[in-house]
Amino acid sequence: MLFLEQLLNGVQLGMMLFLMAAGLTLIFGIMHLINLAHGSLYMVGAYFTATVTVMSGSFAIGLFGGCVAAACCGVLIELLAMRHLYHRDHLDQVLATFGIILTANEATKMIFGPQALFLNPPDWLSETVQILPDTPYPAYRLFVIISGIVVALFLRHLITHTRLGMLIRAGATHREMVTALGFNISLLFTVVFALGAGLAGLAGGLAGPLLAIEVGMGEQILILTFVVIIIGGIGSVKGALVAGLLVGIVDTLSRAFLPTLLKTMLPTASADALAGSVSSMAIYIVMALVLIVRPEGLYRAYGT
Amino acid sequence: MQLSPKIRNAIALASLCVSANALAEPAKIGMITTLSGGGASLGIDIRDGFELALKERNNQLGGIDVDMIIVDDGRKVDNAKQIARRMVERDQVDIMTGIVWSNLAMAVIPSVTADGTIYISPNAGPSLLAGKRCHPNYFNVAWQNDNLHEAMGQYVSDKGYNKVYLIAPNYPAGKDALAGFKRFYKGQIAGEVYTKLGQVDYAAEIANLRAENPDAVFFFLPGGMGINFTKQYAQAGLKESIPLFGPAFSFDEGILKAVGDAAIDTMNTSQYSHDLDNSANKAFVAKFMETYGRKPSLYASQGYDAALLLDSAFRAVGSDYKNREKFRAALAKADFSSVRGDFRFGPNQHPIQSIYVRKVVREGDSVTNQLVGTVFTQHQDAYASECKMK
Repeated sequence: MLFLEQLLNGVQLGMMLFLMAAGLTLIFGIMHLINLAHGSLYMVGAYFTATVTVMSGSFAIGLFGGCVAAACCGVLIELLAMRHLYHRDHLDQVLATFGIILTANEATKMIFGPQALFLNPPDWLSETVQILPDTPYPAYRLFVIISGIVVALFLRHLITHTRLGMLIRAGATHREMVTALGFNISLLFTVVFALGAGLAGLAGGLAGPLLAIEVGMGEQILILTFVVIIIGGIGSVKGALVAGLLVGIVDTLSRAFLPTLLKTMLPTASADALAGSVSSMAIYIVMALVLIVRPEGLYRAYGT
Repeated sequence: MQLSPKIRNAIALASLCVSANALAEPAKIGMITTLSGGGASLGIDIRDGFELALKERNNQLGGIDVDMIIVDDGRKVDNAKQIARRMVERDQVDIMTGIVWSNLAMAVIPSVTADGTIYISPNAGPSLLAGKRCHPNYFNVAWQNDNLHEAMGQYVSDKGYNKVYLIAPNYPAGKDALAGFKRFYKGQIAGEVYTKLGQVDYAAEIANLRAENPDAVFFFLPGGMGINFTKQYAQAGLKESIPLFGPAFSFDEGILKAVGDAAIDTMNTSQYSHDLDNSANKAFVAKFMETYGRKPSLYASQGYDAALLLDSAFRAVGSDYKNREKFRAALAKADFSSVRGDFRFGPNQHPIQSIYVRKVVREGDSVTNQLVGTVFTQHQDAYASECKMK
């Protein structure tokens, strides 16, 4: 029973990572742009969700507000900064987006203050539910899992069944051809960037009731997100889903069961210390293994 | 141009005067603290507390003009080391203070104190600096890292809990914390977990913890980690069945604002509380709230006390403060009214003080701490005997 519960926890973490990674991998795969500021958009989403929720009294409206705010910030960033960097080296993009992280953090501190914001789940989600016998599970975590599934289905529909999705797939692999056919590629880029930013904002808003909404919260999840898109294959949303779940489950299970496992072999004190270190490395070990077997990641971007 | 001997003498005399005058130049105090990124609210509280004391004294301490240099370390060891070197070599500061985190403190304090700079710690108190590597130039005006945890170990035992589950981050202060707790806790340990520093999701740890069925949980997760854990713990529905205990670091005013009702009724130990009943504290709390519009946290009180300690030493030695020997002797007396009440230094220049227990309560619109009792009076750290002050 504990195992199933921990598996569920892993899936929930995986869904959060998927929401972050889906946007990042689209931007990375289609625009060939390294966007370190993705974590800042996540932070913007969380801050605006908290603020709008308090103002409107409704978490749903707050979540929507956070999503829209992040997408708007995304459009601004794309128009003001990214647009000038598409033809530049990746290093320039890293520098510019790192600059955006610093600016976003300081701006957030100036607007919202240095202390963490308050956001709790809405009342109807703050209870626990019995989905497994004898294990009360937080309703809010189930809500996050369901939101992740809904977003995954939505993205699947968007990418495989709509005109925008077709352009996204085409843009990922045959960028020149898309331009040659007369499509406005820079508009497409703005739309993709806004979509990715909106997803990051949604992830931030969903994380709000679980986590501390504070300056610098984006950087903590950004590294994990990069691990996810590298394992999943850059540019592939399906890869982001599979890798997100894989990372979430590996991370949770190693934290949950490594200490007990090691204690069967080692004295308690050293087992505790070792388990702490090994479980924080577990996902990087998985990443290394995946890269040895499939250097391009689990899935390729569309078309190839 | 040829200078006549008279003029030359006059110039020499003038320059002598200038150098004699130099003694009256402002004392330089360098503050390295965390003002940006995660954990910035701790550094900001310390700075604001310190600056409040300066403001009250027209930018003087003990009647000596003070030149403050405040630099943000961004919670990064390399930054802190670089800033410290610049402060010692270029700015030639007389006194340093401000560092929040133990890992930064260990990287900076031993080298600056060896260089002859006085360091007043307003927060971090790693065990090594209280014991084997204590130094005459190093004073800690807050606590030794273990102190608040020791008090909670005692309190939890006194309350009859007998099967406690322990959680701390996997870094030196986390290990010190659980060691401190266990030094005074007498019951069984249901489990002991070290989590990653900066971890955001505690679902796995919470599920494991529930499976062990302890009768209480002690956790040390400072800053954002504590917010994450407390919220997730309440959402898992465990707050009512398995009570939470921790040091004040997981329950300062900023954290309580973010956690809200999820923290109500939990107990925490602190050397300071904004409702401590002494006149120095009442004046401090009123002034702090008037100036910054928020309640002072323990960090703010520590910043304020650091300034008061310096104020007392400057007053005692006057413009003679460059004489390290005299200045240290004045500091060691700790001749000031601390906002936490009784305070003095032990032989290792760390506090001997009372540790209180506080309960998180709702007060009107806000959630805050309320003093409920005293765990230790005149408590000294466990490392003082290892300190051979040279």
